[in-house]
Amino acid sequence: MSSVTTNASTANRGWYNRNEIAITPWLFLLPAMLFFAAYVIMPICQSFWISFHQWDGLGEKTWVGMANYERLLGLGDQRMDRKFETSFWNNLKWLVLYLLAIPMGLFIALFLNQTVRGIRLYKSLFFFPFVISQVVVGLVFSWLYLPREGLLNAVLAVFGAEPVNILGDPTMATYGIIAAGLWPQTAYCMILYLTGLNAVDPEQVEAARLDGAKGSKMLWYVILPQLKPATFIAFVVTIIGALRSFDLISVMTNGGPFGSTRVLSFYMFEESLSEFGFRMGYGAAIAVVLFFIMLGFIVYFLYSMWRDEKGAN
Amino acid sequence: MRSIFKTTVASLATAAVMGTAAFAASHATPLTGDLKITSDMSNPAPRAVMEGLVADFQEMNPDLNIELTIVDREAWKTQIRNVLGANAPDVVNWYAANRMGPYVEAGLFEDVSDMYDGGDLPGLDAVKGAMTLDGKQWGVPYTYYQWGMYYREDIFNELGLTEPTTFDEELANCQVIVDSGRACYAIGTKFLWTAGGWFDYLNMRTNGFDFHMELARGEVSWTDDRVRETFANWRKIIDMGGYVADHQSYSWQEALTFMTDGEATAYLMGNFVVAPLRDAGLDDTQIDFYQFPTIADVPQGEDAPTDTFHIPSGAENKDNARAFLSFVASADVQTAINSGDALGQLPVNADSSVDADEFLEQGFEMLSTNAQGGVAQFFDRDFPAEMASVGMEGLQEFMVFPDNLDDILERLEEARDRIYQ
Repeated sequence: MSSVTTNASTANRGWYNRNEIAITPWLFLLPAMLFFAAYVIMPICQSFWISFHQWDGLGEKTWVGMANYERLLGLGDQRMDRKFETSFWNNLKWLVLYLLAIPMGLFIALFLNQTVRGIRLYKSLFFFPFVISQVVVGLVFSWLYLPREGLLNAVLAVFGAEPVNILGDPTMATYGIIAAGLWPQTAYCMILYLTGLNAVDPEQVEAARLDGAKGSKMLWYVILPQLKPATFIAFVVTIIGALRSFDLISVMTNGGPFGSTRVLSFYMFEESLSEFGFRMGYGAAIAVVLFFIMLGFIVYFLYSMWRDEKGAN
Repeated sequence: MRSIFKTTVASLATAAVMGTAAFAASHATPLTGDLKITSDMSNPAPRAVMEGLVADFQEMNPDLNIELTIVDREAWKTQIRNVLGANAPDVVNWYAANRMGPYVEAGLFEDVSDMYDGGDLPGLDAVKGAMTLDGKQWGVPYTYYQWGMYYREDIFNELGLTEPTTFDEELANCQVIVDSGRACYAIGTKFLWTAGGWFDYLNMRTNGFDFHMELARGEVSWTDDRVRETFANWRKIIDMGGYVADHQSYSWQEALTFMTDGEATAYLMGNFVVAPLRDAGLDDTQIDFYQFPTIADVPQGEDAPTDTFHIPSGAENKDNARAFLSFVASADVQTAINSGDALGQLPVNADSSVDADEFLEQGFEMLSTNAQGGVAQFFDRDFPAEMASVGMEGLQEFMVFPDNLDDILERLEEARDRIYQ
């Protein structure tokens, strides 16, 4: 084909050949763009559209304008939907406390980053909780927390403490679930940091040591800056993990007791798809609010990646 | 069980030959064509019943091409929407009363009033009400079961207690039980609906069946003094420590251990609780049943949830589906499928006989002679879906923090204002 193009005069070349350079990238992009449009962009637009309606998923949609948002956010003279309020605050608790996985993961990674006999085995053992399904994690922790038979209360009893029913107490239940979520998330952050530590430049460490740096100074000024890419990824996956905290809640408390452990994604599911749900409009409105919260984080991530790339050039 | 069905078929055939029932007209010639059934009877015993029904119907109509799909019972509660839409089957399972509402309103269930009017369903007059919405009937029931107090007879004997008939006696009994170091009632409210049963009974006993239904239809305010009276009665049990602790952390099955271990003496439940109690090693001398005691002087209403068959309006073989529905509801088939070794529940047909089982007999007796108030379906079937979910959450909260009552009722009232428009 190359011989044909070089031999033919410019006038004789077909339209595609003339524009090959410009078009080919788009052709390669086209499948991805089509799928992205059909499975991401379109559903987002549809959610926006549905959120302006009252719809049970079966009959006709009724246009209600902003009514769903007014009820949800308490615009105008209405009170904010209490379930939404609880869910929103729980989401914040998740976001903040889930970040604990990053320092804990870092600590374990530093601890495991040494050469002793059988270290691979120890590493895999620490990584183990991330491999098992979130549903199993939820089950294991809910047994641990059981009010009478649970291991936690057995341990507390040894120290003479009163038994607690963590998942049955509306003030503690969310923290109990977050603790369960931290177990696999810490392992995830640990593995990210372990790979990051492999890339730490030994010469810099050596140089720092010659200059007398050690302990926390060494960690803070020499190691951590080199781990920045790992920290960034750990931050991203942890934030996203916190916002997706659906399965643990569903398994451990089903949103209870009395709705005190709901988060936005769970509330959205309850309103639109659960047994007593099928209020699609309202569910879509929650989804839209959640979308904007996530969008805030995504924009921040994209911005910092863009900034880093610009800095690298 | 197959042999039971065989006799059923034989007797039906005789009926057809004799030409006594209206039935005979439509069944004189065996059916042809297709019949697609989607059923949610996925638990082992119901599944066997469903498969048996299809096998017998097939035997009666050898040229009929029956296709049976059984889906998970819990999953079906959300799947039914998709199934009724495109390519609907000819027969589906669902629940009676308000639970039919969304599908009736959306025009997805076939109006089968003609079967009730045309005499295709003899013996179903008593349950017709539960199938009626907007003055029409939308399906055919196939089984129902009573609710009530299942209690440890041996512990009652040990403490010298007798079955109470009034709420005062109930509370007096409970005091004795609490003093003996036990809880009066096992309950697990993790999935909320068990609390709905308690509210149903306390409200029906305090204010009567009709009031309970007015509340379900949104005609009465949740902050009404009569509703508060119901909660005040409920609080008496809560304050004396009548319920097992930490019930918000258990499912109803997990809470069964309190009863089998003898830490709690009674369980307000549907008749389906008997099977697991027996499986756990309790025999019929250790468990017994009594009707929820009276509180005010009102006719007693009872919870008796009914499971049903419906024809989707998009079905292609509606005549075959109608024939199947009248087959399922006929007296002999009802006797067979509700017997102790099949579903172990109550037949919906008045001409059927109840299996010789201590609990089925008591339940049948109670529902036919001592439920003059009326028969309700259950909290989550009588109240609209959204009201039910908000409501049951409030009921659970009340059971743990009775002091929050004002806040709870205000919340429920807010929901009522919005939901019933």
